Order: sequence, then structure tokens, then C-alpha cells
Amino acid sequence: MKRYDVIVVGAGPAGLSAAIEAGKKGLRVIVFDENAKPGGQLFKQIHKFFGSIEHKAKIRGFKIGEDLLKEASAAGVEVVLNAIVIGLFLDKEITVQINDAVVHYKGDAIIVATGASENMITFNGWTLPGVIGAGAAQTMMNLHRVKPGKKILMLGTGNVGLVVSFQLMQAGCEVVALVDAAPKIGGYGVHAAKVARCGVPFYLSHTIIKAEGDDCVTGVTIGAVDNKWQLIPGTEKHFDIDTICLAVGLSPMSQLLKMAGCEMEDNPAKGGLVPTCDQYGETSIDGIFVSGDVSGIEEASSAMIGGRISGVAAAYRLGFIDYEELELKSEALKKALLSLRQGMFGPENKGKELTKTEEGYAISANLLTKGYLTNEEVMNYPGVKTMKGIHPIIECSQNIPCNPCQDACKKKCITIGDNITALPVVDEASQCSGCGMCVASCSGQSIFLLNEDYEEGYASVTLPYEFSPLPQKGMMGFALDRSGKAICEAEVVDVKSAPAFDHSNLLTIKVPKEMGMNARFFK
Amino acid sequence: MRIMHHPILGESEKKDLVIFTFDGKAMEGYQSEPIAAALRAAGVMVHRHTQKENSPRGLFCAIGRCTDCVMVVDGKPNVRTCVTPLTAGMNVQTQYGVSAKKTD
Repeated sequence: MKRYDVIVVGAGPAGLSAAIEAGKKGLRVIVFDENAKPGGQLFKQIHKFFGSIEHKAKIRGFKIGEDLLKEASAAGVEVVLNAIVIGLFLDKEITVQINDAVVHYKGDAIIVATGASENMITFNGWTLPGVIGAGAAQTMMNLHRVKPGKKILMLGTGNVGLVVSFQLMQAGCEVVALVDAAPKIGGYGVHAAKVARCGVPFYLSHTIIKAEGDDCVTGVTIGAVDNKWQLIPGTEKHFDIDTICLAVGLSPMSQLLKMAGCEMEDNPAKGGLVPTCDQYGETSIDGIFVSGDVSGIEEASSAMIGGRISGVAAAYRLGFIDYEELELKSEALKKALLSLRQGMFGPENKGKELTKTEEGYAISANLLTKGYLTNEEVMNYPGVKTMKGIHPIIECSQNIPCNPCQDACKKKCITIGDNITALPVVDEASQCSGCGMCVASCSGQSIFLLNEDYEEGYASVTLPYEFSPLPQKGMMGFALDRSGKAICEAEVVDVKSAPAFDHSNLLTIKVPKEMGMNARFFK
Repeated sequence: MRIMHHPILGESEKKDLVIFTFDGKAMEGYQSEPIAAALRAAGVMVHRHTQKENSPRGLFCAIGRCTDCVMVVDGKPNVRTCVTPLTAGMNVQTQYGVSAKKTD
């Protein structure tokens, strides 16, 4: 039997973060992961993360993964891959399957960071090849560089469904529709808006009736459901597709903790069966900690902070640091975690029907059902001001924890304040230089630069563009509105791709002046 | 189906092409990529047929959890093709029940 101070199960964002903090305090740490590569799901996350600087906002997930691996290596953390932890027993002993052998380890503390597994949903034909999880789509396209399909229907409009739909389009796939049985889009409005403006329709209060095909998916039929989730006859709609992606939630993978005898609770707000734990992630068994999705479904940013808290707490539990240091270390982390949990999508607001933002602005019903703000609604928000010359238009209408735009603007045009869920406010008196840093910094791609005085009768609109091929200056095409409808001809008058933009290219198009407030995409 | 240029991830890394066989036919894939990725790129959707219903199954979770994509690889059944690296000369066969022998 091999002994370690801390054994971490899972080398994803939570597990690595926990291991790093424990390692930095001088503990002997070993991390086991069943996969051939560390990083969990981070290396499939090619979008920019939300939050503020301390949460690694506006950095893409895979880059965060690379940084974590470097940090773990510097902290002396040992990571064992292709190693499946198959048992967690009394006295913090574990059994690990490595190749064909089962190896026995004992830790003084155990941190379980096994993450989550994808939920599934059944319908006629759901077992056909071509029906895949949204995670499978991400794995295939972003890791293995193979398109999961050519024409795809997405089921689920939570952030996973929205983000993966956008990524599918970035990979060159066609997304024909997003479908959700719920009456409202579940994820961030800004994620929905960037899918909608590409022309992808949303079908809320709809479900899949059947996947069609003999040997694999060749089509799908969806239909509307009433408020009791019953199918409404006559609403059937067919799509020719080859792939159905399921993004219907995640469940904590808490089996090891149940096996160890930790006190468990079935908590729908946390995604299912989770161990009860204190603010440090310590379960009912002293020295067994949890962090990340296994302790309740959230996202990678909070998993990384939760992991760090557990790592520090394990160091305290084993006597490597005193109580004062624990408090000092964990206080800042807890504050960072709390700020991520604020806003409309925070745990406290789960399931609530919100009609107004924290500031009292009306929440767009159109955004929640169709995925975009109407031309009239967009004028209501504090990021949208009528100004002379070039200026930012921030179509950010929900309280989500994110503030990189405030830091991006050197001219101080944009204010969010200390509360990072507040809507960004554009100052009419400020002088926008048109640098575009705010456009590129917005993880939700909801900032545009508008210049209604571009030329006599014409406005220019600068938009974030993350597709290939990148349109060239002088190219003619169509401007699409927020719903993805072509509204007018547009000419590309500028394309900027600075390293600081991190692949969010800035495309500037020229459109008739009256279209400046409507044109939000280019095709 | 290969994504050669990606707007965020850039150009695809140069990897070594290897030849393997799928149900006796020669196919190309990249060394060490999951068998399932090579099959998907080659347009193969059906990995196996179930024992009782003979119904087709393919890739589902792509991370080795669901075991829906198992096939007979080099004579060994129940190999999770989404997490098993491809090597040159590999013999990959559609699985029927738990063997490569077609059931009618």
C-alpha cells in the first residue's frame, strides 16, 4: 500500500486546483484520472470564460487548462493518468485500476473531484447512431478535430446547448435548430443571441417526437408541448439532419462518496445526489473533501475556486498550516466564489421567474424565447446610448457575473462597478477611441461599435467574428439583424485581428445609416 | 469531416497517417487518435448491433463512459473505440452482440 498526504480523484479544473494549493503548502499530492490526458473538460472549452480577472475571465478554457497543468507541475503535483479509482473505503483507502492491475493507496486526506456525467433523454429512435451527447460533439470537434455531423439539431438551451451550438458552427457544421421543452431559454441571453444572429431558430416548448432512420439518424420530428408537457397534435415539424445533440443537463458523479459512507442528499438545485459538505468542501467524514461538479453542478470557474479552497482546507486538516492561514487564504477565495454565484443565474435565483434586472430594467421576453432582443427592447439598456461618432453598443441585458469590458476600455467609457453582475453602463460624455478592445473582450460577444456618422447616409458597425474563413476588406455581402435575417447589403470596410483580441476578429461593415442599430452579423 | 482549419484552434497539427481495416476494408486514420474519430471521419456510423434486438449503435458519449461505441478490435470484443488509440494495421470489426460474427 502506497501512502500520500493527499489523494485527489480527478484531474479536471477542480481536482488540479485542489492539488496545486495542497502541493504549494508542502503536502505530498497524487492525482488520479481515468483519462489519457489531464484537464477534464477544459481542453474542449474553446470559448472565453465569464467572470472577472480573478476568475480568469475572457481567457479561453483550453488556455486555462494549459496554465493549470503548468502550475500543477511547478507545485510538485504527481498526476497519474489512465488510472480509474474504483473504490473509496474506510480510513481513506482507495483502490485504483491501472492497466490490468488494481493498486491500493492510502491518503491522510482525499479530495474527490470526479465531476459530472451528461444526462440523457429518451425518445423514439434515441439509440440510433447519430444521437450524441453535447459533450461528445465538443470532444469530437475541439479535441479530435472531426465534425460530429453535417446537419445538427440541438436539444437543450442551457449554456451547454447554446455554447456547443455556436462551437458546432465554428467547426463548420450547420445547426438547423435549438429545441427545448421549457418555455424559456435556460442559458445566458448573450450566448443565445450569438447563435440567433447566425440565423438559427429556437423552438421553445418543443420536444423531439422521434429520431428517424434505419441504421443511423437521417431526420427528426419535433412537436410543441403544452404547459403540462403534453404533445400538441398537429404541431409536428420535420428536419432533414444527420445528428441530434443532447444537452439536457449534468449529474454529479458522486458514487465514490456514497460508497465511502458520506452523508448524501438528493438536491435538485445541485443536479442530483451530492454529499453534504461544509464551506471548505469537507464531507461528513473528516478529511474527505469534494470540489467541483461532484459537489453540485456549476461551471469550471467556480470549480477551480472551490478546488483551491478544498486544497487549502486539506493542508489545514493535516496540520501543514494553522487556522489563521486557512482563514486568510480561504477568505479571498470564498469572496471570489461568492461573486460568481451572484446574478440572475446564481443558485438563489434558480427556478425563479425574474421580470426585472437588479437595476430595474425589464428583462426581454423575446430574448428568453427567440434568443434575441428586439430593435425596440435593445434601446432600453444602459449599455446602449445614442452618441455622435464611434461608440460602443453593449447589448448586455441580464445580470451575469462578468466585467472584462470595464477593464478593456482605457478611455473609461464603460462602467460596471464593484458588483460584477451589474449591467455595463456606457458614459455618453466619454470619448471612445474605437480601439475595439471592449468588443474583443466580451465573452458573450454582445459588444459592437457603431458609428452613425461614418459617411453621408452610411453607418459602420464593428462586430466580433469568430468564424472561418475571415471575410476580407472590400468584400460585399449581407448584414443580418439580431434574428439572423438579411436586412441589407453590407461592405466589409475593415478587418482587425490583433493578438490581444485572441481570435475574436473585429469585422467592420458599412451599412445604410438606418440599419446601424440593427445590423449585427455579416454573411 | 476533418476540420483542417479552425477559427480558434488554427491549423490542424500534422499527424502520421496509418492504415487500418474496418470489416476487412482498408481505411486511413491518424496514429493515436481514437478509433471512433477515424471511423467518423471515414463516414462509419454503426459500430455494433445489440445482442437481443440487433439494433444499431454508434458513438454516444465519446469519453469512454457509456460503452455504446464498443467494437471488436484485433479480435477482442467490447473495446471502447472512443478512448482507444488507433495504431497501424489495427483490425476493427463491427460487433454483433459480443462477437464479430454477424447474427441474423
